[in-house]
Amino acid sequence: MRVRVGDYGVYAYTGSRLPDRTAPNIVFVHGSANDHSVFALQSRYFAYHGRNVYAVDLPGHGNSEGEPLRNVETLADWLIAFFNAAELKEVTLVGHSLGSLAVLEAAARHPERVSRLALLGTAVPMAVNDQLLAAAAANDHVAFELINGWSFSAKRLLGGNPWPGMWMTAQAMRLMERVRPNVLYADLVACREYTNGLRAAAGVWCSSLMLLGARDVMTPAKAARDLTATLRDVSVVTLDCGHSMMSEQPDAVLDALREFLR
Amino acid sequence: MGWKFDFATGSSSGVYRVAGSTWAFAFRYYSPQRRCRLQSAVAARAESMAKPRTHQFDTLTLHAGAVPDPATGARATPIYQTTSFVFPDTDHAAALFNMERAGHIYSRISNPTCAVLEERIAALEDGVGAIATASGQAALHLAIVTLMGAGSHIVASRALYGGSHNLLAFTLPRFGITTTFVDPRNLDEWRSAIRPETRLLFGETLGNPGLDVLDIPRVAALAHDHRLPLLVDSTFTTPWLVRPFDHGADLVFHSATKFLSGHGVLIGGLLVDSGRFAWDAADARGKFATLTEPYPGFHEMVFVEESTTAAFLLRARREGIRDFGACMAPFTAFQLLQGIETLPLRMAKHVDNTRKIVAFLREHPLVGAIGYPELPEHPDHALAQKLLPRGSGAVFSFDLKGTREQGRRFIESLKLFSHLANVGDAKSLVIHPASTTHFRMSAEDLRKAGITEGTIRLSVGLEDPEDLKEDLSRALHAAGKA
Repeated sequence: MRVRVGDYGVYAYTGSRLPDRTAPNIVFVHGSANDHSVFALQSRYFAYHGRNVYAVDLPGHGNSEGEPLRNVETLADWLIAFFNAAELKEVTLVGHSLGSLAVLEAAARHPERVSRLALLGTAVPMAVNDQLLAAAAANDHVAFELINGWSFSAKRLLGGNPWPGMWMTAQAMRLMERVRPNVLYADLVACREYTNGLRAAAGVWCSSLMLLGARDVMTPAKAARDLTATLRDVSVVTLDCGHSMMSEQPDAVLDALREFLR
Repeated sequence: MGWKFDFATGSSSGVYRVAGSTWAFAFRYYSPQRRCRLQSAVAARAESMAKPRTHQFDTLTLHAGAVPDPATGARATPIYQTTSFVFPDTDHAAALFNMERAGHIYSRISNPTCAVLEERIAALEDGVGAIATASGQAALHLAIVTLMGAGSHIVASRALYGGSHNLLAFTLPRFGITTTFVDPRNLDEWRSAIRPETRLLFGETLGNPGLDVLDIPRVAALAHDHRLPLLVDSTFTTPWLVRPFDHGADLVFHSATKFLSGHGVLIGGLLVDSGRFAWDAADARGKFATLTEPYPGFHEMVFVEESTTAAFLLRARREGIRDFGACMAPFTAFQLLQGIETLPLRMAKHVDNTRKIVAFLREHPLVGAIGYPELPEHPDHALAQKLLPRGSGAVFSFDLKGTREQGRRFIESLKLFSHLANVGDAKSLVIHPASTTHFRMSAEDLRKAGITEGTIRLSVGLEDPEDLKEDLSRALHAAGKA
C-alpha cells in the first residue's frame, strides 16, 4: 500500500490485503537501516488473523521516499501523520530497536491514538558504540559488519534458521547494504540522542509489552530495566536470542505478540 | 497521577497534572559504586565490540546451518527421513501453509536435513539462502523457470557443460524460452546478444571443457547495465576457489554431485541467491513479473514485498520446487554435508595434484595443447590469476597427438584413472568428450567449444601424484605404440 505523508510517498506492507475498516489496526515499525520485511512472518500472520496490518518503511528506507528523520520525536510525529494519511483512528504499535523508541514516543505524545504498545529489542537510553557511529558516519561497510556481528546471538551466527534454507546473517547484511548513504548514521544518531525515553514511558497510559533478547548485546535486556520500572501496565517477555529476534525466534516473537493482543 | 520509586533499580517516575497540562518525569539515582560498575561494564563491552564477530570459511564448512540436534543431542546433522511434519494445531498448520510461521510441511518443499545443507552453501557463497535440488540440471532449470516464461530469452556462454547446452538449445525452446550462445571471452558478443526480452545472462566459472575463465566482474557489470542478473555455474570451482558473488554475480548454482560432494556417490544440485539483485528497481519494472506482480498461485503474493532480499528464493520454493518437484532427498543432503566438511582440505589437494599432472603432461611428446588456466599460454591466464588465486581447479583437457585409435588405446590403458562420465570425485577420472559428454553437438559447435577428436578430459583426484603420473605414463606409452 502506498500513501502520501507530506510531500513524500510512503510504502506499508499489508499482507497483500485490503483494509477492513471494522478490524483493529497494527502498525509495525522497523529499526535502523531496515525495512518492513524484518516483520515478514509476524505481520503476515496478523494480516490473515483479523487485523489490518501496516508494516511501514520509514522515510528514506525501503520503498518510502524522502530522507531519514533525524530524531525520535520527529519520527513519532511522522507516525501520527502516517495514521492520518492511512485513515487509522486507533492502532496497536509494534516497534523494534529504533522503531521501539519511535512508537514509545508516539504513544506518549498521542495516547488517544495508541491502544497497545509493543517494544521489541529496546533500551532507554539506547547507547550506540562510538566505533560503530564513526563507521556509519563514514559510510564504511564495517558499520554493517559490526551491527551484524552484534545483532545475532553467538549460536545464530552459525545459522540454524527456523526459516528453511535461509542464511540469516547474509539476509540482514543485504538489507542494510540497500540503504542509501548516511541513512544508517542518521538512524543511529536518532537512537543515541534520544533522552526522553523514561519521561515518555511515564506518559504511556495503554498496556505495553516488552520483548527482550537474553543474548542481545545491541540493546541488552538489563538496559531496559528502567523502562520496565517506569511503564505503568507492562508485561515483559525475555527470549533466548539476540537483537534480531524476529529472525532468530520468529515463532516466539509471534506467540508473545498474540498473547499480548489476545 | 502520582509518582513511584523502584528500590531494586533506583528509578523514579511519575505523572502530574498542573493547570490542565500533563507533566511526566523520570529519573534514576546511581550510587558511586553502581556508576563505577556500569562504567567498567561499558568499557569492557566497547573492548569486546572492537571488531566484527564473524566466522571464517573453514569453520563454516563444518558448522554453518547446523546445531546439535535439540531432541537427542546428536552432533552430526540427523537424516530427517520423513515425508511430512506433524502440526501442533490447525492454526499452526494454516500459518505454515500461508508463510506466517517458519517451519517444515512436506519434504518436497523443505526438509530439516536439506535446510542445513542449504544454509551451509549459502554461508560459503555469502548468499542469503539456497535451495537444494535433485541435480545440478534441476538447479539450472529452477533458476530459469523462476525468472521467466514463454517469450523470454537468455544469453549464455558457448562453453557450457553438454547437459546445460542441451537444455538451453533444444529443450527450453519447446517451452518458448530461447538462448543466444556467445563466446564467453567476447564482451561485445554478450552485449549485442541482449534483447528487450532477455531475462538472464549465464556462464560457467570455468567453461567446459576448455576451462575458459568467465570474466565475472565484466559480464556482471554488463548484465547490471541492462538491469539483468548474471547466473553462474560454479561447479568446477566451488566457493573454496572463487565466490562469484564477490565479483558481481547474482545467482550461483552447483552440480553438488562433483567437488562439493567429492566422493562420487550422489546426484544433487544447489541454487544460491546473493540477495543483491533489485528485481523491482524502477528501470527493471515489468521484466521480472514473477517476482514483482501478484501471484495467483499463492494468495496474490508479491514476492518482492514479502522479502526485500530473498524474493527469488521465495518464488523458487513456493512455486518451482512445489510444482516441478525436483527436490533433494534428505540422505543425499546428509552425504553432501559430510563432503563439504572436508572441502578446503580436498580442494587444496585436488589443485596440488593437478599442478603436478599438468607439469608432467606438458613435457610429454604425445601431448599437444593443455587447457589449464595456470599455464602462461592459456588465453585466460591473467584473469585466472586474478579470480582464482588459489588455483584453477582439478578438471582440465589436453589434446592427444595421434589418431582416434591411439586415443582409444590411451583411455583403455589407464588403470587408476576411471573412464566414466563425471568429474570432481576423490578418485581420478578420464573421458573423451567428443564421443561422450558432448556427442550430441555438431562438429561446428564442437569446434566453437574448443573440443577436437583428440581432446581428453581429466579430473584429477586425491591419489598420490606419483602413482597418477605413472598411470598416465604407461597409457601414453601404449598409445604411442598403437
